[in-house]
Amino acid sequence: MPIISVSDLVVEYDGRRILNKLNLEVEAGETMVLLGGSGSGKSTLLRQIMGLERPKSGSVVIKGADITTCSSSELKKVRRSMGVAFQSGALFNSLTVEENVALPLREHTALAPSIIDLMVWLKLAVVGLADFGKLYPQALSGGMRKRGAVARALSLDPEILILDEPSAGLDPIVAAELDEVILLLKQTFQMTVIVVTHEMASAFRIADRIAMLYQGSFSLIGTKEEIKASRNPRVRQFLDRVPEDITNPVAVSTYFQKYLERKEAFL
Amino acid sequence: MATVLEDVGRETIEQLDYVGSLNIQLWSTIRAMKCALPLVGNRYRWQATMRQALQVGYDALPIVSLMALCAGFILAMQGATELRRFGAQEYVINLVVIAFTRELGPLLTATTVSARSGSAFAAEIGTMKVSEELDSLRVMALEPVEFVLAPKYLATLISVPCLTVVCSLFGIIAGGLFMFFSSQLSPSFYFRYVLESMLLRDVVAGVVKSIAFATIIAHVSCLEGFRVRGGPDSVGRSATSAVVKSTFLVILADAIFTAVFYLTGAH
Repeated sequence: MPIISVSDLVVEYDGRRILNKLNLEVEAGETMVLLGGSGSGKSTLLRQIMGLERPKSGSVVIKGADITTCSSSELKKVRRSMGVAFQSGALFNSLTVEENVALPLREHTALAPSIIDLMVWLKLAVVGLADFGKLYPQALSGGMRKRGAVARALSLDPEILILDEPSAGLDPIVAAELDEVILLLKQTFQMTVIVVTHEMASAFRIADRIAMLYQGSFSLIGTKEEIKASRNPRVRQFLDRVPEDITNPVAVSTYFQKYLERKEAFL
Repeated sequence: MATVLEDVGRETIEQLDYVGSLNIQLWSTIRAMKCALPLVGNRYRWQATMRQALQVGYDALPIVSLMALCAGFILAMQGATELRRFGAQEYVINLVVIAFTRELGPLLTATTVSARSGSAFAAEIGTMKVSEELDSLRVMALEPVEFVLAPKYLATLISVPCLTVVCSLFGIIAGGLFMFFSSQLSPSFYFRYVLESMLLRDVVAGVVKSIAFATIIAHVSCLEGFRVRGGPDSVGRSATSAVVKSTFLVILADAIFTAVFYLTGAH
């Protein structure tokens, strides 16, 4: 039975359809990478999986609970089994890195402060920030903040780890280190990991399966090998880094026509 | 005509939505407040409440005292100018005492707190929203209302009445200084007259008003922060809006209180 099951998920903002009847199943212990261009709906799908937004229709079942319809106490229970590292890190600027990582432990466990300190140190050591715990997030580089966010996501030893573009903006060495951390976590704790990324190298390094999103629908869901061998034009365009042809005469005339229509409406 | 009706209808719905949101927020905060109380609540929330109370109350003491001194001096001078014509200069003391205990103490304090702390609340929560800190609280199964709003509301409820008492005291002291310099009235005589003209019901009415003003400032400011959408520019707009709306609502509430006290004969 999958640990996460998304069925016929439809999300609309102001009448604009962002996710169009998505179906996705993630097995326990699996690393699923969500790939797709900007605006394809990856972050929207993650927000649905985190229960931060309600869909127009469809369901998101996590560990047997449909989080689109369940009570807030059930949702909280599901969320306690999740660790999330946001794209921006989202560390609390008023707390030190140590306090950020300790926060879920302080709030959800009755552990003694000395045990919490030890656990915080361990989590920070896993992401290579053991010497930086006393600093505030503003004093850290972008990469260190992201690693801090991963440490906080790990603090309750979650069953499901969700990482939104963990390596965006990082140098290749730090990005590769982060990939190794994800692999280590998966091997050691059998965590289910969902990663949104644009980095192809990172995706092929860490993924068990890859789901390719295009304009709110999945173009393809498959293993690394299936993705590499795919003939799907959108998948090939993404993998081969082929730009949209904006010099195409038809496309240019369409843009020009739209511009004139807007100008007329304005006048 | 249809456009005018549409605009009026849209504006009415928006205002009703705002009032509804304020009500929902108020009741959910009251429900969450026990977590911020000492002994029975969460000790981290109580610590946060105390930190906020120091920022809202203690840090505002110098400016509130100075404003009260100036306002008290102005009121005594203006009153003396007019009352001297009727040979009733001693009524300046009544004027200052009644004006500060009933009106100026609560109103001056509320406008100062609105400008200092209301804007700070809106900016802090707005920044937390745009940097995904509120979302990260939710996915950690922590309620932003309990974690962010309850300590701020409780701190404002503690600080504003205390500041109001201090403000009234400094206003009355300013009246004493004026009487000493203009009529050589000794401080001991002045304070005897003050105690004679001060009524307990006026003091209670002032404190009741200050509690209502604290509620308005905390909730309007926090709601403005929670309603931030977009980037850093909207944080600035929310801070401005928090000050404008909370100051207006404080004055409106003051007018309603005064009318009720006047009609019921409580003054």
